Amino acid sequence: MTSLITDQGPLIPRNRAIHPEPYDPNYKTSVSRSPNLPLLSMESSPSEETGPTFGHNKLGALDNNLILNWTKGAAPAVGERILMHGRVLDENNRPVPNTLIEIWQANAGGRYRHKKDTYFAPLDPNFGGCGRTITDENGYYEFLTVRPGAYPWPNRANDWRPMHIHVSVYGHSFGQRLITQMYFEGDPLINHCPIAATIKDRSSLDRLVAPLDFSKSRPLDFLAYKFDIVLRGRRQTMFENKLEGM
Amino acid sequence: MTQKLDVLQETASQTAGPYVHIGLMPTYAGNGGYYEEEIGTTPFHDESKAKGEIVEIVGSVFDGTGWALRDAMIESWQCDAAGVFPGADGADPAFTGHCRFAADAVTGEFTLRTVKPGSYKGRGGVESAPHISLWVVARGINIGLNTRIYFEDENNDDDPLLKRIEQRPRVNTLIAKKIEDGKYRFDIRLQGQDETVFLDL
Repeated sequence: MTSLITDQGPLIPRNRAIHPEPYDPNYKTSVSRSPNLPLLSMESSPSEETGPTFGHNKLGALDNNLILNWTKGAAPAVGERILMHGRVLDENNRPVPNTLIEIWQANAGGRYRHKKDTYFAPLDPNFGGCGRTITDENGYYEFLTVRPGAYPWPNRANDWRPMHIHVSVYGHSFGQRLITQMYFEGDPLINHCPIAATIKDRSSLDRLVAPLDFSKSRPLDFLAYKFDIVLRGRRQTMFENKLEGM
Repeated sequence: MTQKLDVLQETASQTAGPYVHIGLMPTYAGNGGYYEEEIGTTPFHDESKAKGEIVEIVGSVFDGTGWALRDAMIESWQCDAAGVFPGADGADPAFTGHCRFAADAVTGEFTLRTVKPGSYKGRGGVESAPHISLWVVARGINIGLNTRIYFEDENNDDDPLLKRIEQRPRVNTLIAKKIEDGKYRFDIRLQGQDETVFLDL
Protein backbone atom coordinates (compact mmCIF):
# COMPACT_ATOMS: atom_id res chain seq x y z
CA MET A 1 0.00 0.00 0.00
CA THR A 2 1.24 3.49 -0.75
CA SER A 3 -0.11 7.00 -0.39
CA LEU A 4 0.45 10.32 -2.11
CA ILE A 5 1.59 13.25 -0.01
CA THR A 6 0.27 16.78 -0.55
CA ASP A 7 3.20 18.63 -2.11
CA GLN A 8 4.26 21.89 -0.44
CA GLY A 9 7.61 21.91 -2.22
CA PRO A 10 10.96 20.48 -1.17
CA LEU A 11 13.07 21.90 1.65
CA ILE A 12 15.54 24.60 0.64
CA PRO A 13 18.92 22.83 0.57
CA ARG A 14 20.95 23.45 3.71
CA ASN A 15 23.69 26.08 3.39
CA ARG A 16 26.39 24.19 5.29
CA ALA A 17 28.79 27.16 5.10
CA ILE A 18 26.89 28.89 7.92
CA HIS A 19 27.00 25.75 10.10
CA PRO A 20 29.94 24.53 12.19
CA GLU A 21 32.69 22.48 10.62
CA PRO A 22 32.02 18.84 11.57
CA TYR A 23 35.78 18.25 11.98
CA ASP A 24 37.63 20.78 14.11
CA PRO A 25 40.83 19.68 15.93
CA ASN A 26 40.42 22.40 18.56
CA TYR A 27 37.23 20.63 19.66
CA LYS A 28 38.96 17.32 20.26
CA THR A 29 35.95 15.02 20.45
CA SER A 30 34.91 16.05 16.94
CA VAL A 31 38.08 14.51 15.49
CA SER A 32 36.89 10.90 15.77
CA ARG A 33 33.15 11.65 15.51
CA SER A 34 33.00 13.53 12.19
CA PRO A 35 32.43 11.71 8.88
CA ASN A 36 35.43 11.59 6.53
CA LEU A 37 33.34 11.08 3.41
CA PRO A 38 31.02 13.64 1.79
CA LEU A 39 27.32 13.62 2.67
CA LEU A 40 24.91 12.30 0.03
CA SER A 41 23.03 15.38 -1.18
CA MET A 42 19.57 14.99 -2.75
CA GLU A 43 16.27 16.82 -2.97
CA SER A 44 14.21 16.24 0.16
CA SER A 45 11.50 13.59 0.16
CA PRO A 46 8.37 13.00 2.27
CA SER A 47 10.57 11.45 4.97
CA GLU A 48 12.22 14.85 5.53
CA GLU A 49 9.19 17.02 4.64
CA THR A 50 6.93 15.54 7.31
CA GLY A 51 7.57 15.35 11.03
CA PRO A 52 6.10 14.71 14.45
CA THR A 53 3.65 17.15 16.03
CA PHE A 54 3.14 17.75 19.74
CA GLY A 55 0.01 19.10 21.35
CA HIS A 56 -0.22 21.50 24.29
CA ASN A 57 -1.85 18.64 26.22
CA LYS A 58 1.58 17.04 26.74
CA LEU A 59 2.88 20.11 28.57
CA GLY A 60 2.56 21.01 32.23
CA ALA A 61 1.87 24.55 33.48
CA LEU A 62 5.43 25.03 34.83
CA ASP A 63 7.28 23.31 31.97
CA ASN A 64 8.67 26.64 30.67
CA ASN A 65 9.52 28.00 34.12
CA LEU A 66 12.92 26.59 35.11
CA ILE A 67 12.97 28.70 38.29
CA LEU A 68 10.09 26.64 39.65
CA ASN A 69 9.61 23.46 37.61
CA TRP A 70 12.11 21.19 39.41
CA THR A 71 10.36 21.70 42.77
CA LYS A 72 6.89 21.77 41.15
CA GLY A 73 6.52 25.33 42.38
CA ALA A 74 7.62 24.73 45.98
CA ALA A 75 10.81 26.83 46.01
CA PRO A 76 12.68 29.03 43.50
CA ALA A 77 16.13 28.31 42.05
CA VAL A 78 19.21 30.35 42.96
CA GLY A 79 20.63 32.76 40.39
CA GLU A 80 20.10 35.84 38.28
CA ARG A 81 16.49 35.65 37.07
CA ILE A 82 16.08 36.01 33.31
CA LEU A 83 13.39 35.77 30.67
CA MET A 84 14.56 34.04 27.49
CA HIS A 85 12.17 34.89 24.68
CA GLY A 86 12.03 35.05 20.92
CA ARG A 87 10.44 33.80 17.79
CA VAL A 88 10.84 30.79 15.53
CA LEU A 89 10.82 31.69 11.82
CA ASP A 90 11.69 29.84 8.64
CA GLU A 91 14.09 30.95 5.90
CA ASN A 92 11.13 32.47 4.03
CA ASN A 93 10.63 34.81 7.02
CA ARG A 94 7.38 33.12 8.03
CA PRO A 95 6.59 32.34 11.67
CA VAL A 96 6.70 28.69 12.73
CA PRO A 97 3.68 28.23 15.04
CA ASN A 98 2.92 25.32 17.37
CA THR A 99 6.39 23.83 17.36
CA LEU A 100 8.14 22.27 20.35
CA ILE A 101 11.19 24.01 21.86
CA GLU A 102 13.17 22.24 24.58
CA ILE A 103 16.06 23.78 26.54
CA TRP A 104 18.62 22.52 29.04
CA GLN A 105 21.38 24.31 30.92
CA ALA A 106 23.79 24.42 33.88
CA ASN A 107 22.71 26.10 37.12
CA ALA A 108 23.90 29.54 38.22
CA GLY A 109 27.20 28.05 39.40
CA GLY A 110 27.89 26.25 36.11
CA ARG A 111 26.88 22.72 37.20
CA TYR A 112 24.50 20.39 35.33
CA ARG A 113 22.14 18.00 37.08
CA HIS A 114 23.81 15.02 35.40
CA LYS A 115 25.67 12.15 37.03
CA LYS A 116 28.70 12.72 34.80
CA ASP A 117 29.10 16.38 35.80
CA THR A 118 31.49 16.51 38.79
CA TYR A 119 32.39 20.22 38.78
CA PHE A 120 33.07 21.83 42.20
CA ALA A 121 30.04 24.12 41.94
CA PRO A 122 27.24 22.51 43.97
CA LEU A 123 23.91 21.38 42.65
CA ASP A 124 21.04 23.71 43.49
CA PRO A 125 18.38 21.55 45.17
CA ASN A 126 15.75 23.79 43.58
CA PHE A 127 17.02 23.67 39.99
CA GLY A 128 16.67 20.83 37.46
CA GLY A 129 17.90 22.66 34.38
CA CYS A 130 15.44 21.83 31.64
CA GLY A 131 12.24 23.22 30.21
CA ARG A 132 9.98 23.06 27.18
CA THR A 133 7.23 25.00 25.48
CA ILE A 134 5.31 25.26 22.21
CA THR A 135 5.43 28.40 20.05
CA ASP A 136 2.20 30.40 19.77
CA GLU A 137 0.31 31.04 16.53
CA ASN A 138 2.87 33.72 15.58
CA GLY A 139 5.93 31.66 16.44
CA TYR A 140 6.70 33.35 19.78
CA TYR A 141 7.98 31.54 22.88
CA GLU A 142 9.17 32.38 26.43
CA PHE A 143 11.12 30.69 29.21
CA LEU A 144 11.72 31.97 32.72
CA THR A 145 15.05 30.72 34.06
CA VAL A 146 18.29 31.72 35.78
CA ARG A 147 21.40 32.76 33.92
CA PRO A 148 23.65 29.68 33.67
CA GLY A 149 27.21 29.93 34.98
CA ALA A 150 30.31 29.49 32.83
CA TYR A 151 32.31 26.34 33.58
CA PRO A 152 35.59 24.61 32.70
CA TRP A 153 35.61 21.42 30.61
CA PRO A 154 38.20 18.85 29.62
CA ASN A 155 39.43 19.68 26.12
CA ARG A 156 42.63 21.69 25.77
CA ALA A 157 44.44 22.38 29.05
CA ASN A 158 42.26 25.30 30.20
CA ASP A 159 39.04 25.56 28.19
CA TRP A 160 35.86 27.19 29.53
CA ARG A 161 32.36 27.23 28.15
CA PRO A 162 30.74 30.65 27.94
CA MET A 163 27.35 30.98 29.60
CA HIS A 164 24.93 29.16 27.30
CA ILE A 165 21.54 27.49 27.05
CA HIS A 166 21.08 24.43 24.82
CA VAL A 167 18.06 24.72 22.50
CA SER A 168 16.29 21.95 20.56
CA VAL A 169 13.63 22.76 17.92
CA TYR A 170 11.49 20.56 15.67
CA GLY A 171 9.78 22.84 13.15
CA HIS A 172 7.15 21.04 11.10
CA SER A 173 9.35 18.53 9.32
CA PHE A 174 12.12 16.13 10.32
CA GLY A 175 14.52 17.85 7.88
CA GLN A 176 14.22 21.09 9.91
CA ARG A 177 15.37 19.42 13.14
CA LEU A 178 17.95 21.59 14.91
CA ILE A 179 19.93 21.70 18.14
CA THR A 180 21.90 24.83 18.91
CA GLN A 181 23.13 26.94 21.84
CA MET A 182 22.21 30.46 22.92
CA TYR A 183 25.03 32.69 24.18
CA PHE A 184 24.76 35.96 26.10
CA GLU A 185 25.67 39.44 24.86
CA GLY A 186 28.97 40.67 26.23
CA ASP A 187 30.31 37.33 27.48
CA PRO A 188 34.11 37.51 26.93
CA LEU A 189 34.40 33.70 26.95
CA ILE A 190 32.57 33.38 23.59
CA ASN A 191 35.73 34.40 21.73
CA HIS A 192 37.81 31.78 23.58
CA CYS A 193 35.42 28.85 23.17
CA PRO A 194 36.47 26.08 20.76
CA ILE A 195 32.84 24.90 20.42
CA ALA A 196 31.61 28.37 19.43
CA ALA A 197 34.65 28.54 17.12
CA THR A 198 33.53 25.47 15.16
CA ILE A 199 31.33 28.03 13.36
CA LYS A 200 33.66 29.73 10.90
CA ASP A 201 31.22 32.37 9.62
CA ARG A 202 31.34 35.16 12.22
CA SER A 203 27.89 36.59 11.37
CA SER A 204 26.44 33.12 11.82
CA LEU A 205 28.02 32.86 15.30
CA ASP A 206 26.83 36.39 16.14
CA ARG A 207 23.27 35.23 15.49
CA LEU A 208 23.62 32.78 18.41
CA VAL A 209 24.34 35.65 20.81
CA ALA A 210 21.19 36.93 22.53
CA PRO A 211 21.04 40.68 23.21
CA LEU A 212 19.90 42.11 26.52
CA ASP A 213 16.31 43.29 25.92
CA PHE A 214 14.96 45.89 28.33
CA SER A 215 11.63 45.98 26.49
CA LYS A 216 10.79 42.60 28.04
CA SER A 217 12.64 43.01 31.32
CA ARG A 218 10.27 43.21 34.32
CA PRO A 219 11.26 45.84 36.89
CA LEU A 220 12.35 44.43 40.26
CA ASP A 221 12.00 40.88 38.89
CA PHE A 222 13.98 39.71 35.83
CA LEU A 223 16.18 40.81 32.91
CA ALA A 224 15.32 39.60 29.40
CA TYR A 225 17.35 38.20 26.51
CA LYS A 226 15.99 37.77 22.99
CA PHE A 227 16.82 34.70 20.93
CA ASP A 228 15.19 34.24 17.52
CA ILE A 229 15.62 30.92 15.74
CA VAL A 230 15.48 30.39 11.97
CA LEU A 231 14.67 26.94 10.59
CA ARG A 232 14.94 25.70 7.01
CA GLY A 233 12.19 26.84 4.65
CA ARG A 234 10.38 25.23 1.72
CA ARG A 235 10.97 26.08 -1.92
CA GLN A 236 7.72 27.33 -3.41
CA THR A 237 7.38 28.92 -6.82
CA MET A 238 4.51 29.82 -9.09
CA PHE A 239 5.68 26.95 -11.24
CA GLU A 240 3.59 24.48 -9.31
CA ASN A 241 5.25 21.38 -7.93
CA LYS A 242 3.67 18.41 -9.62
CA LEU A 243 3.43 14.95 -8.17
CA GLU A 244 3.27 13.12 -11.49
CA GLY A 245 5.38 14.03 -14.53
CA MET A 246 6.74 17.52 -15.07
CA MET B 1 24.73 46.98 -5.34
CA THR B 2 21.78 44.74 -5.88
CA GLN B 3 18.36 44.38 -4.31
CA LYS B 4 18.24 42.56 -0.99
CA LEU B 5 16.92 39.01 -0.84
CA ASP B 6 13.87 38.41 1.36
CA VAL B 7 15.19 35.18 2.84
CA LEU B 8 16.70 34.64 6.27
CA GLN B 9 19.71 32.46 7.04
CA GLU B 10 19.14 29.30 9.05
CA THR B 11 20.32 29.38 12.67
CA ALA B 12 23.67 27.61 13.01
CA SER B 13 23.80 24.24 14.74
CA GLN B 14 25.91 23.60 17.84
CA THR B 15 26.77 20.26 19.41
CA ALA B 16 24.15 18.70 21.66
CA GLY B 17 26.98 18.16 24.16
CA PRO B 18 27.49 15.49 26.82
CA TYR B 19 24.33 16.35 28.78
CA VAL B 20 21.77 16.20 25.95
CA HIS B 21 19.86 13.52 27.86
CA ILE B 22 18.91 15.80 30.76
CA GLY B 23 17.10 18.03 28.29
CA LEU B 24 15.54 15.51 25.95
CA MET B 25 15.41 12.19 27.87
CA PRO B 26 15.23 13.21 31.55
CA THR B 27 14.23 9.76 32.83
CA TYR B 28 17.20 8.16 31.07
CA ALA B 29 19.43 10.86 32.62
CA GLY B 30 18.23 9.92 36.11
CA ASN B 31 15.83 12.86 36.45
CA GLY B 32 12.62 10.83 36.17
CA GLY B 33 9.36 12.55 37.00
CA TYR B 34 10.59 15.91 35.70
CA TYR B 35 7.75 16.07 33.21
CA GLU B 36 4.33 14.51 33.53
CA GLU B 37 4.64 13.08 30.02
CA GLU B 38 8.02 12.70 28.32
CA ILE B 39 8.42 13.21 24.54
CA GLY B 40 9.29 10.32 22.25
CA THR B 41 9.77 7.51 24.81
CA THR B 42 7.97 5.21 22.36
CA PRO B 43 6.65 5.59 18.80
CA PHE B 44 3.33 4.09 19.87
CA HIS B 45 0.20 5.63 21.34
CA ASP B 46 -0.96 2.05 21.85
CA GLU B 47 1.37 -0.75 20.74
CA SER B 48 -1.33 -3.44 21.11
CA LYS B 49 -3.47 -1.68 18.48
CA ALA B 50 -0.72 -0.69 16.04
CA LYS B 51 -1.06 -2.18 12.55
CA GLY B 52 1.77 -4.10 10.93
CA GLU B 53 4.80 -6.00 12.18
CA ILE B 54 6.48 -4.87 15.39
CA VAL B 55 10.27 -4.99 14.99
CA GLU B 56 13.28 -4.36 17.20
CA ILE B 57 16.42 -2.81 15.77
CA VAL B 58 19.59 -3.01 17.85
CA GLY B 59 22.95 -1.47 17.14
CA SER B 60 25.76 0.82 18.24
CA VAL B 61 27.24 4.10 17.07
CA PHE B 62 31.00 3.69 16.53
CA ASP B 63 33.56 6.49 16.33
CA GLY B 64 36.58 6.46 14.03
CA THR B 65 38.61 4.37 16.47
CA GLY B 66 35.95 1.63 16.59
CA TRP B 67 34.73 2.60 20.07
CA ALA B 68 30.96 2.47 20.61
CA LEU B 69 29.70 5.86 21.84
CA ARG B 70 28.09 5.67 25.27
CA ASP B 71 26.51 9.10 24.98
CA ALA B 72 24.84 9.12 21.53
CA MET B 73 21.19 10.12 21.30
CA ILE B 74 19.13 9.19 18.27
CA GLU B 75 15.71 10.21 16.99
CA SER B 76 13.68 8.27 14.45
CA TRP B 77 10.85 9.32 12.15
CA GLN B 78 8.94 7.06 9.77
CA CYS B 79 5.65 6.27 8.10
CA ASP B 80 3.28 3.58 9.38
CA ALA B 81 2.97 0.03 8.07
CA ALA B 82 0.73 1.24 5.22
CA GLY B 83 3.20 3.93 4.09
CA VAL B 84 1.24 6.84 5.60
CA PHE B 85 3.02 9.42 7.75
CA PRO B 86 1.48 10.13 11.16
CA GLY B 87 -0.57 13.31 10.99
CA ALA B 88 -1.76 12.61 7.44
CA ASP B 89 -5.29 11.43 6.64
CA GLY B 90 -5.67 7.70 7.16
CA ALA B 91 -2.55 7.27 9.30
CA ASP B 92 -2.59 4.55 11.97
CA PRO B 93 -3.95 6.32 15.09
CA ALA B 94 -2.00 3.95 17.38
CA PHE B 95 1.38 5.08 16.00
CA THR B 96 3.30 8.38 16.39
CA GLY B 97 6.19 7.59 14.02
CA HIS B 98 8.72 9.33 16.27
CA CYS B 99 11.03 7.90 18.93
CA ARG B 100 14.03 8.99 20.96
CA PHE B 101 16.52 6.39 22.09
CA ALA B 102 20.02 6.41 23.52
CA ALA B 103 23.15 4.32 23.47
CA ASP B 104 23.40 2.37 26.72
CA ALA B 105 25.76 4.13 29.14
CA VAL B 106 27.58 0.83 29.86
CA THR B 107 27.49 -1.16 26.60
CA GLY B 108 26.86 1.53 23.99
CA GLU B 109 24.03 -0.52 22.45
CA PHE B 110 20.68 1.02 21.49
CA THR B 111 17.31 -0.59 20.82
CA LEU B 112 14.51 0.86 18.71
CA ARG B 113 11.16 -0.93 19.04
CA THR B 114 8.78 0.20 16.33
CA VAL B 115 6.54 -0.79 13.42
CA LYS B 116 8.19 -1.94 10.22
CA PRO B 117 7.37 0.90 7.82
CA GLY B 118 5.62 0.46 4.48
CA SER B 119 6.78 1.91 1.19
CA TYR B 120 5.40 5.20 -0.12
CA LYS B 121 5.31 7.18 -3.35
CA GLY B 122 7.01 10.56 -3.32
CA ARG B 123 7.40 13.40 -5.80
CA GLY B 124 6.98 12.24 -9.38
CA GLY B 125 5.28 9.03 -8.21
CA VAL B 126 8.63 7.41 -7.41
CA GLU B 127 8.33 4.64 -4.84
CA SER B 128 10.75 4.48 -1.92
CA ALA B 129 11.68 1.18 -0.28
CA PRO B 130 10.60 0.93 3.38
CA HIS B 131 12.92 2.93 5.60
CA ILE B 132 13.23 4.74 8.93
CA SER B 133 14.91 8.16 9.07
CA LEU B 134 17.46 8.70 11.85
CA TRP B 135 19.07 11.81 13.34
CA VAL B 136 22.16 11.22 15.49
CA VAL B 137 23.48 13.77 18.00
CA ALA B 138 26.20 13.62 20.67
CA ARG B 139 29.14 15.48 22.12
CA GLY B 140 31.63 16.01 19.29
CA ILE B 141 28.92 15.97 16.59
CA ASN B 142 28.64 19.63 15.60
CA ILE B 143 25.60 19.24 13.37
CA GLY B 144 23.14 16.33 13.73
CA LEU B 145 23.82 13.46 11.32
CA ASN B 146 20.96 12.18 9.16
CA THR B 147 20.83 8.65 7.85
CA ARG B 148 18.26 5.92 7.08
CA ILE B 149 17.59 2.32 8.05
CA TYR B 150 16.49 0.04 5.19
CA PHE B 151 15.76 -3.69 5.64
CA GLU B 152 17.60 -6.57 4.01
CA ASP B 153 14.39 -8.60 3.62
CA GLU B 154 12.73 -5.90 1.49
CA ASN B 155 13.26 -5.10 -2.18
CA ASN B 156 15.65 -2.14 -2.14
CA ASP B 157 16.66 -2.31 -5.81
CA ASP B 158 14.68 0.67 -7.06
CA ASP B 159 14.90 2.98 -4.08
CA PRO B 160 15.73 6.49 -5.40
CA LEU B 161 18.14 7.30 -2.58
CA LEU B 162 20.02 3.99 -2.54
CA LYS B 163 20.37 4.19 -6.34
CA ARG B 164 22.31 7.46 -5.92
CA ILE B 165 25.12 5.85 -3.93
CA GLU B 166 28.00 5.54 -6.37
CA GLN B 167 30.15 3.05 -4.45
CA ARG B 168 27.75 0.08 -4.34
CA PRO B 169 29.30 -1.61 -1.28
CA ARG B 170 28.40 1.51 0.73
CA VAL B 171 24.68 0.75 0.19
CA ASN B 172 25.12 -1.99 2.79
CA THR B 173 25.82 0.62 5.47
CA LEU B 174 22.14 1.62 5.28
CA ILE B 175 20.65 -1.88 5.38
CA ALA B 176 19.64 -3.52 8.66
CA LYS B 177 20.59 -7.21 8.88
CA LYS B 178 17.96 -9.64 10.07
CA ILE B 179 19.20 -11.57 13.11
CA GLU B 180 15.95 -13.37 13.95
CA ASP B 181 12.24 -12.98 13.26
CA GLY B 182 11.29 -9.39 14.05
CA LYS B 183 14.82 -8.45 15.07
CA TYR B 184 17.45 -6.56 13.08
CA ARG B 185 20.96 -5.17 13.62
CA PHE B 186 21.94 -1.72 12.37
CA ASP B 187 25.32 -0.26 13.34
CA ILE B 188 26.30 3.31 12.60
CA ARG B 189 29.95 4.11 11.85
CA LEU B 190 30.76 7.80 12.08
CA GLN B 191 34.03 7.56 10.13
CA GLY B 192 36.65 5.20 8.78
CA GLN B 193 36.18 1.75 7.31
CA ASP B 194 32.53 1.04 6.39
CA GLU B 195 31.59 4.64 7.25
CA THR B 196 27.80 4.99 7.20
CA VAL B 197 26.32 7.02 4.35
CA PHE B 198 25.09 10.28 5.92
CA LEU B 199 22.53 12.41 4.16
CA ASP B 200 22.02 16.04 3.16
CA LEU B 201 18.38 16.17 2.06
